[in-house]
Amino acid sequence: MQTLLEMVGICKSFPGVRALDKMSFDLFEGEVHALVGENGAGKSTLMKILSGLYLADEGEIRLRGKKIVVTGIRQMIDAGISVIYQELNLIQHLSVAENIFLGREPRYAGGFINWKKMYADVDRLLKPFNVDIDPRAKILSIGPAFQQVVEIAKALSLKADIIVMDEPTAPLTGNEVERLFEMINALKKSGVSIIYISHRLEELARVADRVTIIRDGSMIVTKPLSELNTEEIIRHMVGRHLSEQYPVAEIPVGAEVLRVEALTKKGVCSDVSFSVRKGEIVGFTGLVGAGRTEIMQLIYGYLKRDSGKVFIDGKETTIRNPRDAVLKGIGLIPEERKKQGLVLGLSVFDNSALTILDKFSRFGLLRMKTIGDLVRGMVAKMEIKTPTIRQQVRYLSGGNQQKVVLSKWFVRNCKVYIFDEPTRGIDVGAKVEIYKLMQNLALQGAAVIMVSSELLEIMNMSDRIEVVFSGRIVKEFKKGEASSEDVMEYALGLHSRAS
Amino acid sequence: MKFNLRNTLKNYGIVIAFLIICALLAFMSPVFFTLNNMILVIRQTSIYGIMAVGMTFVILTGGIDLSVGSILALSGAICAGMLKSGMPLPLVLALTMAVGLGCGLFNGLVITVGRITPFVVSLGMMSIARGITLIYTKGYPISGFQPEFRFIGGGYVFGVPVPIIIFLGIVLIAFVVLTQTRLGRYTYAIGGNEETVKLSGINAGFFKSLAYVIAGLTASISALISTSRLNSGGPQAGIGYELDVIAAVVIGGTSLNGGRGSIWGTFVGALMIGVINNGMNLLGISSYFQLVVKGFIIIGAVLLDRLREQAD
Repeated sequence: MQTLLEMVGICKSFPGVRALDKMSFDLFEGEVHALVGENGAGKSTLMKILSGLYLADEGEIRLRGKKIVVTGIRQMIDAGISVIYQELNLIQHLSVAENIFLGREPRYAGGFINWKKMYADVDRLLKPFNVDIDPRAKILSIGPAFQQVVEIAKALSLKADIIVMDEPTAPLTGNEVERLFEMINALKKSGVSIIYISHRLEELARVADRVTIIRDGSMIVTKPLSELNTEEIIRHMVGRHLSEQYPVAEIPVGAEVLRVEALTKKGVCSDVSFSVRKGEIVGFTGLVGAGRTEIMQLIYGYLKRDSGKVFIDGKETTIRNPRDAVLKGIGLIPEERKKQGLVLGLSVFDNSALTILDKFSRFGLLRMKTIGDLVRGMVAKMEIKTPTIRQQVRYLSGGNQQKVVLSKWFVRNCKVYIFDEPTRGIDVGAKVEIYKLMQNLALQGAAVIMVSSELLEIMNMSDRIEVVFSGRIVKEFKKGEASSEDVMEYALGLHSRAS
Repeated sequence: MKFNLRNTLKNYGIVIAFLIICALLAFMSPVFFTLNNMILVIRQTSIYGIMAVGMTFVILTGGIDLSVGSILALSGAICAGMLKSGMPLPLVLALTMAVGLGCGLFNGLVITVGRITPFVVSLGMMSIARGITLIYTKGYPISGFQPEFRFIGGGYVFGVPVPIIIFLGIVLIAFVVLTQTRLGRYTYAIGGNEETVKLSGINAGFFKSLAYVIAGLTASISALISTSRLNSGGPQAGIGYELDVIAAVVIGGTSLNGGRGSIWGTFVGALMIGVINNGMNLLGISSYFQLVVKGFIIIGAVLLDRLREQAD
């Protein structure tokens, strides 16, 4: 195999942080090379240097053996490097074709856009992938999976021979992931090299040829995937042996706290019933789009339900909006941390105190000292890494940000905690801490609901597993009752009759 | 702690710029640094300074209120009419403020319940309030009030002009509200991320509406001062004030995206606008030219703000 790209001795510092320290990385022609490491290990910085967004302080980049002097993004795109970011860079109100050819629209001599050619070109680009996307469709009308295909098509239209994919499977459901893998294989066959960044280690075996593990800004190991197992990868990532990725705890189960009966909303979910007891962790799994998040938002009053009842401590309650839910003792840790869980520009203190200001007012004035003590105590207890509680949360790492979201609810002492994808995009070390915090809540007598797409997490953390398919709970498993394969079969809808 | 030029400029840039402008004006005009002129500047500043305090709440939520100048005119005109009809003064004051409050409430409710952008709603209100003012006054100013009322704009307490006292009082109250009450903290949070605030179980719409209510209320308080000072309430009052008011807030470092800013910034920003207006008058610059200058100042302030955000 020919070496296509080499990055040697790359160093990059930001004020106060050394993000990359003599990092090296190479890529063969036509290979899928996985880049793994904890959050903050330096993956994104390395890719930003490769894309021309950042300039390296030291080191060089060689493409086909020739050293290139990086001047900016444009130059790297011209050199055939395309980066598909986690937050896809598509314009929602423009069509598929317009997005692919943005700024490079085929034109007639008079300057008018040649739509016919544009649509034909898109069809030609999409053909190898065997997907049915209308080039005229607006981006917002197609799902995340297709949006990713559009990004890939855009990269190909730019004649990219190196494509970087950052957590490409994060927004995808099981079968969409399968299709992405097929596409990656097709790309590989056509000679495109792919740098694949993912937190989902179990995926790597499916796609990657080689793996580079990066830690604290340096390359730890680069090896063919066949020579590494998951445990070794995790060990290299965290630099310590992580024997207890899923902590075990014996938690006594008490009385029923939350009961949901026949929750229904047209087009979202129907006839959803379940209950959660004191000290229990109930896991909700299913494909993305099955309606798990929406079910939680219906309970929480963020979406309006058509019918169904919610009982707390055995009493029926009306929840019309999140305010009602919070007053009734429910806390929601939402799926999208930055968009729904945090106010990024405000401090750790302000974010954590957001839910309790109504409890600590006297004559309209806030009891700042009491609130401050409470928040400080919580920050210490949860080991949130921040210089001071006045620090804006935007500067914290993903794991610490998530802890701030949790602390916001912990200070309020809820009866029911709903965690929606609590460990998404969080590094392994922080995940374990979050699992422990969840168990602690259960131990203190809270009822916990965890929505997650990560099967292993669901299998290991839940006392009961509710499998959601197409807006219904299709199966309930008790802990240890089922294998991952069993759960997956129900999540894929293999056991539910068409209705 | 080490002296850091960049941080110092970032945090105290307005104050430094303000002092430089004052120093320049002191050189260029012998009148500028006299006590009389200083008092004049602050007294003039207080009218839109008070409105700028209200505007700070609105801009902190990420909104904008273009209607404050028209609300000032409407409250002022109705105030003048009520005074002429011989209504008792306390009632006049209360009802005038109720007018501003009502306009603000209308803005707030349409924005939050009707989910229309603040720009459009307040642009509409700008026209509505101005129109009602014209209908009510038939286009003529209403002038000549009793001395008790004229005290508000022209009186002194211990040698300090009453408008200045009101202005400082409102700045102080706003400071306490913004830092020490739920309303204040939620105002920042809503500007930062409204969805998070809603999902935290807070009635974001209610608190957002309150920002517009405060803006309307401060506009009517300014109307009282302005009407009293001019001894006249008329349809031409407050035209173009939104420019000075928004400029004061923005120069004071409050981000137009919401979520970031302070009342002290607005205070200095308002003084800055006052000093610039005063300086240009002292230097004999025509009022036409002054408009051009102020336009550039607003754009410059927003540009600076953007650069500051990028630096973060």
